[in-house]
Amino acid sequence: MTRFFRTFPMIAALAVLLVFPMFGQIFYTELVAKTLILAIFAMSLDLLVGYTGLVSFGHAAYFGIAAYAIPLLTPAGAVNAIWWILPVSVLAAALAALLIGVFVLRTKGIYFIMVTLAFAQMAFFLFHDTDLGGGSDGIFLNSKPTVTVFGLEALTLENPTHIYYFVLALTVSVYLLLRWLLKTSFGHILIGIRSNEHRMVAMGYNTFHYKLAIFTIAGALAGLAGFLQVVLTGFVTPEMLAWHQSGNVLLVVILGGIGTLIGPVLGAFTFIALQEFAQGLVDRWQLVMGIFIILVVFALPGGLAAIPARLRRRLVKGADND
Amino acid sequence: MDIVSLLIQTLNAVQYGLVLFLLASGLTLIFGIMRIINLAHGSFYMIGAYMAFGLSSGITETLPAMIAVGLILSFFIGFILEWVFYAFLYQREHLEQVLLTYGLILVFEELRSILFGNDVLGVAVPEALAGSIPLTATLSYPVYRIFISAACLIMAGLLYYLIRHTRLGMMIRAGSHDRNMVQALGINIDLLFRIVFALGFMLAAFSGMISAPMTSVSPGMGNQVLIISFVVVVIGGIGSVGGAMVAAMVIAFADVFGKLLVPAYAGMFVYLVMALVLLWRPEGIFRKG
Repeated sequence: MTRFFRTFPMIAALAVLLVFPMFGQIFYTELVAKTLILAIFAMSLDLLVGYTGLVSFGHAAYFGIAAYAIPLLTPAGAVNAIWWILPVSVLAAALAALLIGVFVLRTKGIYFIMVTLAFAQMAFFLFHDTDLGGGSDGIFLNSKPTVTVFGLEALTLENPTHIYYFVLALTVSVYLLLRWLLKTSFGHILIGIRSNEHRMVAMGYNTFHYKLAIFTIAGALAGLAGFLQVVLTGFVTPEMLAWHQSGNVLLVVILGGIGTLIGPVLGAFTFIALQEFAQGLVDRWQLVMGIFIILVVFALPGGLAAIPARLRRRLVKGADND
Repeated sequence: MDIVSLLIQTLNAVQYGLVLFLLASGLTLIFGIMRIINLAHGSFYMIGAYMAFGLSSGITETLPAMIAVGLILSFFIGFILEWVFYAFLYQREHLEQVLLTYGLILVFEELRSILFGNDVLGVAVPEALAGSIPLTATLSYPVYRIFISAACLIMAGLLYYLIRHTRLGMMIRAGSHDRNMVQALGINIDLLFRIVFALGFMLAAFSGMISAPMTSVSPGMGNQVLIISFVVVVIGGIGSVGGAMVAAMVIAFADVFGKLLVPAYAGMFVYLVMALVLLWRPEGIFRKG
């Protein structure tokens, strides 16, 4: 029964997401696509923050590097098949994460937070101050990648509804992939590192290798999110790598609840919904957002994903009293 | 580059470094003693600058009066803020502190927008300090920048005296070393925290106040200094005020001369220095123990 209660809401939510574009306006279809992209981005960060205990404050770097890989690696005017440009772009982010990871994983705690930030800022200024990627203006994509299966065009990524389903399919795939990954012994070792790294070292694990592996995987998935973001919007700007971006995605993870996979997804929906709702409601939307965040910290330790457990505890307590 | 422009750039770097030091010293005290990651520190700087704008337009006549009123006001605001918001955070995780102080940034920015609007504002340089010292036929150095350096040095001196030679300073040093022991010795740790926090707020607001006539007062000015002051705190070694001074100078010189020598890569340069320092000494230049 518990299993049913746990999976049923997710299947229902997925069903709603599947039929959503048939009823909503294009604007909302794009908005939900944007939210799902943020969810992938946040899930990738949660691998580090929630599962391995590595608080990265520079996760936007990999998001942006994958994004820049698209215009920089594709010849102007050429038609690019997604089958090679997607892996190449994700690989670029993974490679950057691997290289940076070798350095940053030597530090711990708040120093780790700051060194990841330092490398992300370097990447930001590389694209912002030099002509490499169009400077502070960014770059427009000449043409969106094409998706052809056996010579037939399966999806046109100029069409928001097609992008939506493409993003949805990838979000579900990433979720299932990570759910599997975290259940393997690799996932258990990561959680072991989070709770007590010394013990894992004493047990004979080379924790550095495991941390580097998950740092690279997280970078690659952040890259996937960055790729999708560019496919959705059609342009790349240095702002994609800015520290605000790293801060926002960290906020989404904490808001949703760290150390769960569904938390970042809930966080992404709450974050975007709140932003849209508050923007539509009042001029001073940042004030509403700020107060909401402060209230969450005061009232909800553990984030939104902890609400069901808190409710259950309260209900059980109520039943005992009867 | 000739010797005069080298002198000007060096003076600029020193002045920038001193302002950075004041910002970072407050941050490092708050982190070193209360273990709070205060993302809203940049907002405190912004509040100081807007305070200078508000006070100078009609309320206080002279600069010393403005600074005196501003300092008292900011100590008071810091004291209240700690009481209402930060006192809840000591038992919480770092991540929740990040979340709450991020929320505070949004609130402060919006309050700023409600009270002062979103335009870039200017604070007039006081007349007595408005001139500049001629160095050659074409080059001169503004007096106000020298005043900033001097004011920051005086503030740094006072801070040094407070931390090294007073009873309160002794408690602060002991508190950053072993909080529980200090409490066990019968020192009111809640009050100590509140005072240290208010002091940190005051230092940040002071740097904002005296920088206001030079940099103009604009939205987002807090965010610009936030990250760089964190960089300084971390390079210097968290909790070390002396380390913050050294690190502030390293970063200021890297920034000023980086812009001069490699303009296209200047933004990267500061962070490159930080990455190198931390790879060399993973816990900052002045690590403890």
